[in-house]
Amino acid sequence: MRAGRAGWPDFDTALNTVAMCLLAFLWALPLLYAIWTAIHPAAYETRFVLTAPLTLDNFAKAWAAAPFARYFLNTVMLVTLILICQFVLCTLAAFAFARFRFPGRSLLFTLVLLQLLVMPDILIVENYKTIRAMGLVDTIIAIGLPYFASGFGIFLLRQTFMSIPRELDEAARVEGISFLGLLWRVYIPLAKPTYLAYGLVSVSHHWNNFLWPLIITNSVETRPVTVGLSIFSAVDAGIEWSVINAATLMTSGPLLIAFLLFQRQFVQSFMRAGIR
Amino acid sequence: MLHRRAWVYGWLFLSPALLFLFAFTHYPALNTIISSFFSTPRGRRPAKFIGPENYQEMLQDPVFWKVLSNNFWFAAGTIPISIGLALLMALWVNSHLRGRTLARMAFFAPTVLPLIAVANIWMFFYTPGFGLIDQIRGGLFGLPAINLLGNPDTVLAAMIVVAIWKEAGFFMIFYLAALQSIPPVLREAADVEGAGRFYFFRRVMLPLLMPTTLFVSVNAVINSFRLVDHIFVMTDGGPNNASSLLLFYIYETAFKFWQTGYAATLTVVMLILLSVLAIGQFFLFDRKIHYQ
Repeated sequence: MRAGRAGWPDFDTALNTVAMCLLAFLWALPLLYAIWTAIHPAAYETRFVLTAPLTLDNFAKAWAAAPFARYFLNTVMLVTLILICQFVLCTLAAFAFARFRFPGRSLLFTLVLLQLLVMPDILIVENYKTIRAMGLVDTIIAIGLPYFASGFGIFLLRQTFMSIPRELDEAARVEGISFLGLLWRVYIPLAKPTYLAYGLVSVSHHWNNFLWPLIITNSVETRPVTVGLSIFSAVDAGIEWSVINAATLMTSGPLLIAFLLFQRQFVQSFMRAGIR
Repeated sequence: MLHRRAWVYGWLFLSPALLFLFAFTHYPALNTIISSFFSTPRGRRPAKFIGPENYQEMLQDPVFWKVLSNNFWFAAGTIPISIGLALLMALWVNSHLRGRTLARMAFFAPTVLPLIAVANIWMFFYTPGFGLIDQIRGGLFGLPAINLLGNPDTVLAAMIVVAIWKEAGFFMIFYLAALQSIPPVLREAADVEGAGRFYFFRRVMLPLLMPTTLFVSVNAVINSFRLVDHIFVMTDGGPNNASSLLLFYIYETAFKFWQTGYAATLTVVMLILLSVLAIGQFFLFDRKIHYQ
C-alpha cells in the first residue's frame, strides 16, 4: 500500500476503499436484485429475509412459457456462423492489407475503417430492402449477413499481422510455401491472442444484438434469445416479475457464467481489442 | 512483397471481405441518400422522385425535433458522466485497494449483459409502488409512489441512468489498459520531486490518457445514437415521445408506419451527425493532445 502524503496514509486508503466498495455495490445491485427475485418464490420479491426458501420454479415456468430452447439454438447457430465468416473474411483482408502492395490500397483501407463509424446497425432500412430482394427475410443467415465483413476485425488483425517480422515470410517463401500456406502456418498461429480477443468481443456483441434481428426475423425458428426475451416480457398477461427476471437471467446466463469463469481473460481481451 | 503479381494476390485476398462490406455498408449508405429524395413505394406504385420534399416534411415534423433534442440530452447526460466514472473506476481498480477484484467484476458485468436484459432488470427497479426505488422511498422515508417512466419530465433521466450503468464499465477497460501502460518511473520521479497526487494526476496522467479519452468519447458518441434496445422494453418511446431517440424513430417510421422514403431521410441526418461529431472530436482532441 502506497503511503499518501502528510501522514494520513491509512485515512486516505480507507476513504478510497469505502468509496470504491460503495460504487461497486451500487453497480452490482440491479443484478443481485434480479438474482434474488429469480431464485425465490414470488412472495419474496420485495421482502429480503435470509430464511426465504430457495426455488428454481421461476426458471422452470419461464422455460415452459416460451420456446427458449429453440431461441438458444438459434442464437448459438447465429453466433457461430458470424464468428466463422468474420474470421475467414477478416483474416484474408487483413493479410492483403498487411503484406501486399497494390493500387488503391490506402483508399480501400479508409473505406474499411469507415465502417467503424457507419455501422450496419444504423443502416436498417436499406439493408432490409437488400435482404428482401435476396429473398432471405426471416432466415438466420440474414441476421448475420451485414456483419460478416467487420471493419473492426480487419483493422485489428492487420495491426497484429504487421507486427510479425518479415524475415519469417521470406524464410517461408524460400522453402516454397504458397501465400495461403504462409498465412495458415505462420501468421494465424502467431495471431492467436488477437483471435481470442476478437472472438470474445464478437460473440458477446452478437449474442446481445437486438434491433436488426427484431426487424429481419418473424418466427420462432429464427428468433435469437434477445428477441425471444423481449416478446416474452412484453406480454401483458400478468407474468410475475420473478418469472421475467428468471428468463432475463437465463438468456444472459451463458455469457455471465463464461464471464465469471474467465473474468481475467475477458477483461484482457476487451483491453487488447481496444488498444489501437 | 515485391512480386509483380503481388497486386493480383492482394485483390484476390481482399475481394470476399470487400464484397460484403460494399453490399451491406457502403451501398446502403449511398442508397440511403438517394432514397431520401424519393417517395415511399406503395403497392404497384413505384418510388417517385420528389426532390427535397422529404426534407421539407422533416423540418416541419415536431416528432423529429423532439427526438433530436432527446438524443442530444441523452448524449449530453450519458457521455461525460460515464467517461468520468469510467476513469474513476479504472484508477480504483488499478490501485492496491482491498476488494478491487470484486469491484472490477461488479463494474464490468453490465457490459456482458444484453441491453434488452438490462432494461428488463431496470424496469423492475422503476415499477411504481412495487419496484425497489419506491420500496426504499416508501419504506424509509414514507414518500408516495412515483412513476419515473410514465412522466415525460423524468423518463429520459431514468434512461440515462440505465445507459451510464451499462457503459461505464466498458469504458473503464480502456482506461485500465492505458493506465497499465504508463511507466512507473514517472510516478517515482514525481514522488522524488514532491509533486502532489492531484498535480501528478492533472499534469502527467490526464495528458497521457488523452488518446484513450478521444477513443472512448468517439465510441460513446456512436453508442448514444446506436443503442436504443432498452426503449423497446421500457417505454416504447413514450410517454408522448419523451424517451424516443433518433434510431428508434427511424425504426418506427420504417417498420411500423412503412414510410421508407422518410426513414431514409432521417437516416441521412443520422449519418451527417455521426460524421460531423466524430470529425469534430478528432480536431478538438487533436489540438489538446499536441498541446501537452
